[in-house]
Amino acid sequence: MPKHTIEPEKWIDRYSDYLFNYTISRVNDREMAKDLVQDTFVASLKSMKNFKGEASERTWLISILKRKIIDHYRKINSKKGKAEVRMDFNNDEEEGSWLEERVADPFDKTAEDTMVNDELGEAIYTCLDKLPTKQADVFKMKTIEGLDTETICNELNITASNLWVIIHRARTAMAECMEKNWF
Amino acid sequence: MKEKQSFLFISCDEAQHICDKSQYNEATLWEKIKLNLRYTWCKITRAYVRQNKKLTSTVKKSNVECLKNGEREALKKEFEKELTKQL
Repeated sequence: MPKHTIEPEKWIDRYSDYLFNYTISRVNDREMAKDLVQDTFVASLKSMKNFKGEASERTWLISILKRKIIDHYRKINSKKGKAEVRMDFNNDEEEGSWLEERVADPFDKTAEDTMVNDELGEAIYTCLDKLPTKQADVFKMKTIEGLDTETICNELNITASNLWVIIHRARTAMAECMEKNWF
Repeated sequence: MKEKQSFLFISCDEAQHICDKSQYNEATLWEKIKLNLRYTWCKITRAYVRQNKKLTSTVKKSNVECLKNGEREALKKEFEKELTKQL
């Protein structure tokens, strides 16, 4: 019997932010990240019958998203790759220039940084998943998006004091959860 | 004297509320002074401030991002179309 079930009607609410965060840290382009997430959901829907239920829905969706991201870079490289190689080839005649070109940029994000950030992002989203929907929404809008109190109150039709009560509950639950999963 | 006390001293709940607000730079200077005063002698407030600051810095450090409400709704709309087609 499969350990996990599939519920596509809940995918957007449950996983869209998590998948978006995963994507944007790799493609650095908000619009492209949104497109890739959307493509992932549609592709997952089409291959739902392949879901065996051994891994969680989130893990399964991420594995499809990873392929989408690889395909995205393949497409870019097939358009740009040749031009870049040619530029490098021309510079080879200039003495000494190869060193600067090939040395790693010390300020560039290392694979280790990306991995730590991924794990931290995963821990945050795992904790957010455990919050009631309203608390998670308010926490995301206030803490992650950085929206001001008035905007959130207008959007969710709540009072400022109501917002602070929700924030307090969300922060307490998040801190406890992060204490267990990360700190 | 009693009036002076209530003017300066705040409850633990109020201290936590101010602490939450200050995580988003929304606490006033006067509120911060009151919070700091309680911080000096209240163990519970100190623990809450420490935990709250830790959460703020962790979320900041993670650089996590999320979709805006409108973006999520648009995604949902598109996906629901696909879902109806599929099911």
